[in-house]
Parts: sequence; structure tokens; C-alpha cells
Amino acid sequence: MVLIETKNLTYTYPGVSKPSISDVSIKVEKGEFVLITGPSGCGKTTLCRCFNGLIPHFYQGELKGEITVADMDTTKHQTHEMAKSVGLVFQNPENQLFALSIEKDVAFGLENLGVPREEMWERVEWALKLTGIYDLRERSPHEVSGGQQQRVAIAAVLAMRPEIIVLDEPTSFLDPLSAEKIFEVIHELNKKLGITVVLVEHRLDLTAKYADHIIIMDEGKVCFDGDPREILSAEETRLIGVGIPKATLLYQILKKEGINLNNLTPLSSEELAKMLLEAFETHD
Amino acid sequence: MIEVENVHFSYPNGVEALKGVSLTIRNGEFVAIMGQNGAGKTTLVKHFNGLLKPSEGKVRVDGVETTKTSVAALARNAGFVFQNPDHQLFSETVEDEVAFALKNFGFEAEVIEQRITWALNLLSLTQYRKTSPFLLSGGERKRVALASVLAWNPNTLILDEPTIGQDYQQKEKLRQFVVQMQTQGKTVVIVTHDVEFVAESNPRVVLMKEGTIVADGEGREILTTPEVLAQSSIVLPQIAQIFMKLAPLGLPKNVIDVYDAKEIILKALEERRK
Repeated sequence: MVLIETKNLTYTYPGVSKPSISDVSIKVEKGEFVLITGPSGCGKTTLCRCFNGLIPHFYQGELKGEITVADMDTTKHQTHEMAKSVGLVFQNPENQLFALSIEKDVAFGLENLGVPREEMWERVEWALKLTGIYDLRERSPHEVSGGQQQRVAIAAVLAMRPEIIVLDEPTSFLDPLSAEKIFEVIHELNKKLGITVVLVEHRLDLTAKYADHIIIMDEGKVCFDGDPREILSAEETRLIGVGIPKATLLYQILKKEGINLNNLTPLSSEELAKMLLEAFETHD
Repeated sequence: MIEVENVHFSYPNGVEALKGVSLTIRNGEFVAIMGQNGAGKTTLVKHFNGLLKPSEGKVRVDGVETTKTSVAALARNAGFVFQNPDHQLFSETVEDEVAFALKNFGFEAEVIEQRITWALNLLSLTQYRKTSPFLLSGGERKRVALASVLAWNPNTLILDEPTIGQDYQQKEKLRQFVVQMQTQGKTVVIVTHDVEFVAESNPRVVLMKEGTIVADGEGREILTTPEVLAQSSIVLPQIAQIFMKLAPLGLPKNVIDVYDAKEIILKALEERRK
């Protein structure tokens, strides 16, 4: 089942002459973990803003083409309707947090939806525990660290139990271990609860291994769309400035040197290490 | 030279962010300060240009104690780029943003013009010269903030999380730029979580935890010692992870660079064949 579909989607911000995304036609299936990447300024964030209707309702400007998300035409449904189906986590958590306590921030969306009190606290507790900030629940979101703020923003979206979670570089401000934990949480939500994940990231070292679909954009256009192993092993991917995982890069370099490794391009250090151990065994 | 001598610092809310930090950064060094969220990294570097003054202990920049001079005087020599560009940007256009500090420092109009052109070109921002910084992407705004500091050519550059939101090419440029700064004898201090960026640049790494320094040394050594990294919430770079798993083969563990990795693996395979 297709959950997100765009056809020739083109959008231009107000007062700008050049479109930020042009002719974008993509499909996201229910339950997929999609990774969107590409050089800075390629239109990734703009595309995400279309998924929950922030474009065109909040940003105005000119939107052409078609977009359907969870069976809704985002141009006809308001953002608050979209919010039940699509949760968006921004690059910068400070833009998203405002309540006096972390707990209230996470509960805010649910209050707006009119979720019964009992269920609301259940969901808030669940989301706070999943993101590891339960102990901070009574603190102000503005007095915790940048990394903790990002977890609050993620918890607030999780509590809404959306069908689709769109995360725009959600771990930029986190230390690597916390980032890894967040990605694991997202991965789990995807695998166990079947929530469709759209993740915008530059750091493929950390994220490529989770993806079952990758979309690479450049200058507002989609230039690759498909299987991560195939796409990240293509030479062209590197040429447009995508930082492929180091394990994938080392695999390519070794192959070029004539080292005979498994044909399945690795996306993580575990995968490559396993292949190398096998290669060494056969030489013994 | 930046000399930090047993510095303690507490915020007005009572949180003790630095608990006795001592550190010397010589001119021309490239230092990466790493550690967990809340370890005190940003608090420490804010002492380098006098934005914060120690509650206890001393910070000297080029021999002058920061408590005995003004932030304005220190800023001329130490440019600071914040983690969040939105804390720094306020002008109508990218050009005005970059010109702001230059005007304040009293540069001549002609020099200002040259510096703007140079900095925007360096950071691939020329096409946005007349654009409002707020219409740019997160990664681009970050570069505008960097350009506005680079433009006045400070001797020390302090970059708080410079790679956030930057794509691979921009990171590569940043790395080359840092190398260029070093050849000019300038000091670069970055606060970062980006282990892959550090692995590719191999700077001196200062690892912090809960307001103290827990390790200080060559990147290649620190980033390949899992016990040390774990206490600071840093994960091993991907190449180091691979070599950790290849340990049974008797290969070295302190490898963080892809091309070093290639040589070591090729050589080891060659030896097995014999």
C-alpha cells in the first residue's frame, strides 16, 4: 500500500524565483524505512515540509503537481488533520518546544486531539520512556541540553502514534551514542509497530543500515530512488557528494584492488568485517 | 596560545559545568573537543574568547588573562561560531551578515568588499549574497555564520559543531580549510560529535566527561580505544569498528582511515597467500 505519493511535485518559496524542489515523483510504501539524502540545500527539508502540509498551508509560495499522504491530498487537508497521520521532527528542536515542562510538551498534541486523560498519560509515559527522558519529565525543555531537547521533540511526535514519522536530521545535536540509541528506537518503531519512517540524513555511516529504500536528491530533483545497496555502490552516488558509509567505501576500494568479497554491498561495519573474516579464512 | 589552568565554572543556576580543567593549546594546533551532551565542551570553549570567565582558576589567551580584558578585544583574535546559527544571524542579507563584524572592527570599505567576496566564495555562498539568511537551509545558514567569522581572519577559530547539517562535500571543504588555516599558523578548535569527521582529519582529541578532561592525545589513538570512548558516549569510527572485529587476525587496532585500512588489509592478505 502506498502511503506517500508525489507526482511532478514542484515548489517555490515566496519571493524566490527558483523552485526548491522540482518534478519530484516518489512513492513510499506502508512500513518502509526511507532514507532521504543529498547535498546541503538539495531540497530534502522542503520535501519533508510537503509531507505534513506545512507546505503550502504555512509557507505559502507556489506548489504544483500532486501529493497524497495517508490518502489525503495535503493541499486540501489542514496541517492539524495531517498531524494525526504524519509526525514531523525538525532539524532544530528549539523551534518545536514551548511548554513549561517536558511532560506537558509531549502531552500537548494529544490534548489538542482530545485524547482521554487516562490514555494521554499512558502514551506520554510510553513516549518518554522510549526516548529515555522519563526522569526529566518535570524539567523545562529549555533548561536541558540540545540532545535532550531533540528527544523531547521525538517523544512529542511518538505520543501521537502517527502512521508516518518524518525526521529531518533528528540527531544532529546528539552525541554519537545517544544518536545511535535514537536511531535504534526509530528502527524499532518501524519494525515492531510498522510505523513508516522517512528519515532525512547526511550521515549515512549511522543510518544506511536501517534503510530499505533510499532517495538521493540534488538541486531540487530526485536523482536516485531505490535499493540502498545498489545505489550506494554506484560510482555516481559519490560524485554528487553523498558521503557513503566508510564500510561501503572500503569494500569498493578493496574490490577495485581485486579482492574477492561477497557480492552484497555492505552498509555497516558488521557486514564488512564478516566478509573480511571470511576472505581471510579462505586464504588460510 | 590558550592556557587553561585548573578552571572551575558554575552557571548562575548552580550547575557546575567545569570541575577543574587544565589544558594548553599551542598556536597552529588543530584540536577536537569531544564528549557527551552536557560534558562541558561548549562551556570550556566559551572561555577561550572570554564569553565566560572562570569561577575559579585562570584562562590566558596569548599570555593575557581573560578576566583582565574585554570580550571585544579577545574576539578580534578568537572568532567563535556557535552551534546554532540562528543564535548568530540577524541581518537582512547574507552580505550584510558577513559585513557586520568587519564594519565594527573598522575595516575600510574596499577591504570589506574583498573579504565578503572571499568568504562567500570559500563557503559556496556567492549565489546567496543578496538573499536573506532565513530563506536558506540549515546547512547553508551554518555556513553563513562561519563566513561571517572567517571574514575578519581571526588567529584562533572556535567552531562549535561545525559539521552539523553539512553534506560530505562541505565537510571535505571544511577539512581542507582547517589544514589551510594550520599552514598559516592559526589555531582551530572544534567541538564535535562527528567521529567520522575527526577520523578523517586526525586532530589532537580532548575527550571530556562531566566537566573534566578524561583523555587528551592523538585522534588515532583515542578513537580506537573503546573503553575510553564509552565513558564519553562516543562510538568508534566505522573503520575502527571493522578492525576491532578483525582482531582475531592479528591486525593492528589503531586504524581510522579508509586508505590506511586498504593498505593493511592488502598486505595481510598478501602475507597469507605466501
